Amino acid sequence: MPETLERRRPIAPYPQGPPALPPLAPPTAPDERPARRTLLDQIEHLERELSSLFISTWPRKGFEFSVASRGGPRLLPLAELELLRDDLATRVDDARRSLSDRTYLEEKHRCRIEEMLLEPEKHKWVRIGNDDIGEPGCKHWHVRPRWGVLGMLMNWWRVKISSGCPLAQGRA
Amino acid sequence: MVPEPELELGWVDRELSEEFPDLALWTIRIRARSGRSPARVRERLGVLSNRITGGHVIHMRQDPVPWAYRVFWRQIGLDPDTTRTPVEQIALDRLQWGGLRSRNLLDDAITIATVETGVPVLALDADLVGSQLGLRLTGQNELLGGSGRPLSARQIVVADEDRCLAVLSGEVAEERGVTPSTTNMAIGAIQVKGVPRISVEEALWTVAETLSVGG
Repeated sequence: MPETLERRRPIAPYPQGPPALPPLAPPTAPDERPARRTLLDQIEHLERELSSLFISTWPRKGFEFSVASRGGPRLLPLAELELLRDDLATRVDDARRSLSDRTYLEEKHRCRIEEMLLEPEKHKWVRIGNDDIGEPGCKHWHVRPRWGVLGMLMNWWRVKISSGCPLAQGRA
Repeated sequence: MVPEPELELGWVDRELSEEFPDLALWTIRIRARSGRSPARVRERLGVLSNRITGGHVIHMRQDPVPWAYRVFWRQIGLDPDTTRTPVEQIALDRLQWGGLRSRNLLDDAITIATVETGVPVLALDADLVGSQLGLRLTGQNELLGGSGRPLSARQIVVADEDRCLAVLSGEVAEERGVTPSTTNMAIGAIQVKGVPRISVEEALWTVAETLSVGG
């Protein structure tokens, strides 16, 4: 019975594969509101962090806190809200890292002031100002020889502490 | 004792209120004129200016009300370090000029209210604007005040039934603003998330009270 033993090849309905169907459009437009709400909350949170960092850095100078305007006041599209959130996050990270680096250096300077006061002869001519320890004002610690050249020859050193900022006008 | 003017809650465009559920525009209408500030008002500015110090300005951005406007500024695409919120701008001007400078009764009243409460306040000529003020987004090809500068689409503006009257960041249409001949004023204050209603009311009443002292 050759007919029954013959293997029949299945006939493919579409020899070149199924025809490409147009992608199905969603029945309704996706609701952006939850995503927008989340982004607005994140922006609020990041703004709080940035404000805290701004206050923590004062009176230090050289920090950057501005995040570019987006041409407001307007309702920002979702993509721009995301960019704004990312810019804020980057700014917060940068500011936090800069502050951390700066406070580390300031701590080193504070330790050095203590060492200068204990052993001034080991820190000849070193001068550290309030700027270096993150404090406002013009005070500075300066290791100088006692009695000028004689002190230099005799290795008599001391720390002179300035009396503050110069007067805006001369003494009356 | 000045009778308290009636507070009106303005309308807010649906799209805007969905985005910012706590956003509101409160207004009062008062009969008042601007002009030179009397000595009492100038003295009050002087007292207020003594309260604003460098440390105060630095910490201002963590005070609840100024901070709420700062966040809102950020959320609507403004950089609050470039386009300052009104209270921060006044405080910086105070540091720059060494005092709060008197300009005219209305501006001084707005300055006093803003410094006292942190709430931004704007003033319009009530006879030149519609009866229902509110907040909405601009459409295509709109002009500020109906005939002023062109506004880009989807900006947030204070508007009446017919036209945009002011941009939310503070620019008021010249032809709808208060002039020396204005006798009726519409004073508005924007409330955002985190700002209690009592602060907004106090801002509006402070303006009304100060104007009544001068008038």
